[in-house]
Amino acid sequence: MGIIDNINKLFDHRIRLGIMSILVVNEDADFNRLKELLDVTDGNLASHIKALEQAEYIKVEKTFVGRKPNTSYSASKLGTSEFKKHIDALEKLIQKPI
Amino acid sequence: MDSTDYLKDINEIKNLMNKSSRFISLSGLSGIFAGIYAIAGAAIAYFFLFPKDGEVLFLYGRNFMLLVALLFSVAFFSVLTAYFLTTRKAKRNNEKIWDQTTRRLLINFLIPLVTGGLYILIKLNSQHYGLSASLMLIFYGLALVNASKYTIGNVKYLGYAQIILGLICAIFPGYGLVFWVLGFGVLHIIYGSIMHYNEQK
Repeated sequence: MGIIDNINKLFDHRIRLGIMSILVVNEDADFNRLKELLDVTDGNLASHIKALEQAEYIKVEKTFVGRKPNTSYSASKLGTSEFKKHIDALEKLIQKPI
Repeated sequence: MDSTDYLKDINEIKNLMNKSSRFISLSGLSGIFAGIYAIAGAAIAYFFLFPKDGEVLFLYGRNFMLLVALLFSVAFFSVLTAYFLTTRKAKRNNEKIWDQTTRRLLINFLIPLVTGGLYILIKLNSQHYGLSASLMLIFYGLALVNASKYTIGNVKYLGYAQIILGLICAIFPGYGLVFWVLGFGVLHIIYGSIMHYNEQK
């Protein structure tokens, strides 16, 4: 029971898991960078970002580069610790024969 | 989801973490070339430009300016070769060479390096060139260690080796050129060869 508790429903999707993987090892990443690394469409990425943002796992910062708006994302403290818990749980699940 | 799915998740996470945060295209050959240029430069300096017994190297004298020019050419050609070989390798592996990771790598590399370079130039102006070789090695080593967070491979250890060599060099004044050749020449060639060997595997 204990292990399953730590499996985070929010990370139970390839793209959301991917976004968090990138953000925990980088200070920040902008929308296009995430898109390029994850190889997804704009709409798809945006909806998954929104889900993570609503859970306050990631922080969003809007700035301007020249005249172009630029949005950069970074992992929040909560997001980072939840992600670590999730990974630990995954590893335990793999090690334990079910 | 069964455990093979979880395994796939973990692999995907690892892959994304590496791809997004580490620059992987640095070529081992560029290390070897940098080492060769450094040794060639040092040989020219030793045989033609260094003051003979009883002579003094004058600040802003002809030989002094030639030495500085030689140093900059070695650095310039090393960077040029590294750039050329790295873009070639990146193209072959279908990687982008200029992205956020590369930018961070360069910034973190340049901060200690430029600081060190300016410090050496300032000291030169007050006729303190005895420690130049030692300072070059130490600051270059620090730059490598600082940039190593953003690369795959063992650049870190090359950095540690340069720092240690620089410190030893400071203990033995008068042997600057020897240590300089060891650090920028020999260590680069050794490190580059190891990298190159690993790449071929």
